[in-house]
Amino acid sequence: MKKNKKWYDYLWIVSITYLVLGFFNILFAWIGLLCFFIPLLISIFGGGKTYCNKYCGRGQMFDLLGNKFKLSRNKPMPRFMLSKWFRYGFLAFFMIMFFNMIFATYLVFSGSRDLTQVVTLLWTFKLPWQWAYSANLNSEWIAQFAFGFYSVMLTSTVLGLVTMGLFKPRSWCVYCPMGTMTQGICKIKYREKE
Amino acid sequence: MPRRKAVVDINSCVACGCCKKVCPKDAITIEKGLYSKIDESICVGCGRCAIACPADIITLVERENI
Repeated sequence: MKKNKKWYDYLWIVSITYLVLGFFNILFAWIGLLCFFIPLLISIFGGGKTYCNKYCGRGQMFDLLGNKFKLSRNKPMPRFMLSKWFRYGFLAFFMIMFFNMIFATYLVFSGSRDLTQVVTLLWTFKLPWQWAYSANLNSEWIAQFAFGFYSVMLTSTVLGLVTMGLFKPRSWCVYCPMGTMTQGICKIKYREKE
Repeated sequence: MPRRKAVVDINSCVACGCCKKVCPKDAITIEKGLYSKIDESICVGCGRCAIACPADIITLVERENI
């Protein structure tokens, strides 16, 4: 039985476009902040995990690649990855790296560090990315943040693709820091009232 | 006659909604963003949700006819 597709079932196109745009002009990375604020705002204002359930383009992309293109082994994830320790631990690690990136942006903003035109993959590998930046902004921190934020987005996509291949298509959803945060907000909002 | 019904381990559920997407009977709702909830009176026990669940926390359980 096939379900009627809605407009939001095509948001995977937006996710892929976002990743592609980052190869041409790094400043597009700023758009990715929407993927941070929209889910949080939805759950803060009582929408629960509607973002994950309906609008997450990345989840749809993994679903498409894993199920339709059969790029997933479709095997269960190791149990430890399902534990709360792993989920909250990954969120904590992710946030530390995120604030590290914000701090690097601040250093450029304050003038104590020069702009580094690299995309850091998996927090380790520095990929030269200078072709995607040609503008000569007066405020170079804007570009620094773009490089940093795109690194976050690319890293999480790569991790998601790896677990998609090894386990279930949307394995990323289990340890997605945004998902952990939105569910955490819902727990604070509703669980106490039950 | 016993029937198979899908049952969610709500303590491990991440409420991603993968199960809801594949349910042919629309028997699944995501309860307040906390966990997925299956309406057993609608569930036909096809098991699609159990396959889709990235955390593998949906099991099919034999139930006496409701």
